[in-house]
Amino acid sequence: MVLSILISVLVVSSIGGGLAALLVVSEHYLANYGPCDVTINDDKKLTIQGGKNLLSVLTEQKIFIPSACGGRGTCGLCKLKVLEGAGDLLPTEEPYLDQQERASNVRLSCQVKVRNNLRIEIPSELLSLQEYACRCAKIVDLTHDIKLFRLELVEPAEMSYIPGQYVQLLTPVYEKSSEEVYRAYSIASDPSEKGFIDLIIRLVPGGICTTYCFEYLKEGDDVKINGPYGDFRLSQTEAPMIFIAGGSGMAPIKCILHHMKNTNNPRKAVYYFGANRVDELFLTDEMRQFESELAAFRYVPVVARPEEGQNWDGQTGLVTEAVAREMENAADSEAYLCGSPGMIDAAIKVLIDLGVTEDKIYYDKFA
Amino acid sequence: MNVGAEIQQAFVVCISAVFTQNILLAYFLGLCPFIGVSREIKTAFGLGLAVIFVLTATVMLNWLAYRYVLEPLGLEFFRFILFIIIIAAFVQFTEMAIERFSPFLYQKLGVFLPLITVNCAILGASLFMVIRNYSFIVTIGWGLGSGTGWFLAIMAMAGIRQRLAHERIPRGLQGPGITLIIAGLMALAFIGFTGVLQGR
Ligand SMILES: Cc1cc2nc3c(=O)[nH]c(=O)nc-3n(C[C@H](O)[C@H](O)[C@H](O)COP(=O)(O)OP(=O)(O)OC[C@H]3O[C@@H](n4cnc5c(N)ncnc54)[C@H](O)[C@@H]3O)c2cc1C
Ligand code: FES
Repeated sequence: MVLSILISVLVVSSIGGGLAALLVVSEHYLANYGPCDVTINDDKKLTIQGGKNLLSVLTEQKIFIPSACGGRGTCGLCKLKVLEGAGDLLPTEEPYLDQQERASNVRLSCQVKVRNNLRIEIPSELLSLQEYACRCAKIVDLTHDIKLFRLELVEPAEMSYIPGQYVQLLTPVYEKSSEEVYRAYSIASDPSEKGFIDLIIRLVPGGICTTYCFEYLKEGDDVKINGPYGDFRLSQTEAPMIFIAGGSGMAPIKCILHHMKNTNNPRKAVYYFGANRVDELFLTDEMRQFESELAAFRYVPVVARPEEGQNWDGQTGLVTEAVAREMENAADSEAYLCGSPGMIDAAIKVLIDLGVTEDKIYYDKFA
Repeated sequence: MNVGAEIQQAFVVCISAVFTQNILLAYFLGLCPFIGVSREIKTAFGLGLAVIFVLTATVMLNWLAYRYVLEPLGLEFFRFILFIIIIAAFVQFTEMAIERFSPFLYQKLGVFLPLITVNCAILGASLFMVIRNYSFIVTIGWGLGSGTGWFLAIMAMAGIRQRLAHERIPRGLQGPGITLIIAGLMALAFIGFTGVLQGR
């Protein structure tokens, strides 16, 4: 009995071990592409060890390319022109590239592997993106799964950004993750507070970066961010605005509202904020404050399922239902949406039904 | 049994695995990628080819491991673990090799390989081969047939779904819902092949 258990364990582990060893050895020979040159804008030449994807190679060299999905090939933000050496377009890239981009050699840098010498083009504004060393100054609980992280910029001591933009937060190697990853978080701070960046982060169970932030990051710790990125921002028109957000989608809208207050922007605006339960609403006092300080701003919290005994007398149901209920015609409005892809897609449908034209709907999908 | 008869049996098993005993439509194995990756013919083609290749190769490897390692030691019950380890290692290795030596193949198949480790049709085929006591040559026919059957099913599904893309489907049925219904209808259609061949 004991002998047969021993034998079986021995056999299975030796086969497993043997196969693993075989893989390690073959990886050493097969995945070793030797040193490769990456020439940027026909000007700068980097010599790096081949075998990794272009996005991570550039990030290692402190050249920051926008990426919201951390290289999974699902956000389509990491586009770059690769003029030579990238090989054929991969099926994983196709959904994100239109005819014109394909013709001008645009690729998703997270999918292109560096296997030989490459010649690439990086727009100069991206080359000027920086890494910022910060200190985590304060962590505030907003709801049971959302926290606000206040980062104090250390070096450089200020960041100039457009309200609505996001930064990438570096998650270092820690107990639950064996590699460094970057994740996108929208800036939630008041732009007039120069030395600080606030992030509003919702815990994704099992998520690499959010678990780090919620369970490991402590006040006083060093963190690194880079950016700013993104085109989500106020337009330069006078049109009335509809903001729609849920959960941590609050972040960029809060920043935009601070900015409107700082610049005495008189535009008409209404902000629908969705939560499942009453205790998932947060920063309500700040929003009420904006109502009194901004010329024509209204805050409408919407609770999907208020529990008994919470005496909720505000809007109920899904945030999109509340929008459809309150608005009749929004043909002259612009819409700004932030939150989960599901919520955004639903909101776009409702808005189009209300007459908002598609080119006036701006959004940041947190995916 | 002599080699000629075995080859003949392998051929019969192969054909029946494609049609009457289609691993997907008769045993419903490998449904997850079947539903997930059948939106376009192009990607279905890549994944399908990768399945044919991996399935055929792994049933052969697993047959050897079963016959020459597990059986002599009386460890047949370990086949689940061993088969999975072998499949995973083989997929990893193939991906590395393809990426290195054939950019063309990598472009067509490589990106789908990691998806395959979790395709239960692959493991299922290896387990069936044990239950049915196939010889090595018959196993080759079985692997090739099962892979081809899976390929055929996903290609047919992708073709149907591409056509459906612009149809008006009731809200509650969109996506996986209608796909499962179509899979059911396809399975019924494939029953029509029974009787053409009584494959074992
Ligand atoms: C432009 C942009 C701005 C963003 N701003 C914010 C922000 O201000 N606040 C904020 O909290 N998040 C924001 N996000 C989302 C954020 O970048 C991360 O995706 C998220 O925090 C999960 O990271 P993770 O490393 O913890 O999880 P991962 O380890 O990346 O993911 C773990 C699992 O959860 C799934 N998953 C990933 N993201 C989500 C999600 N949002 N909801 C549900 N499941 C998910 C993944 O598919 C994966 O299976 C933003 C995203 C984008 C694209
Ligand atoms: S980083 Fe998201 S697609 Fe490349």
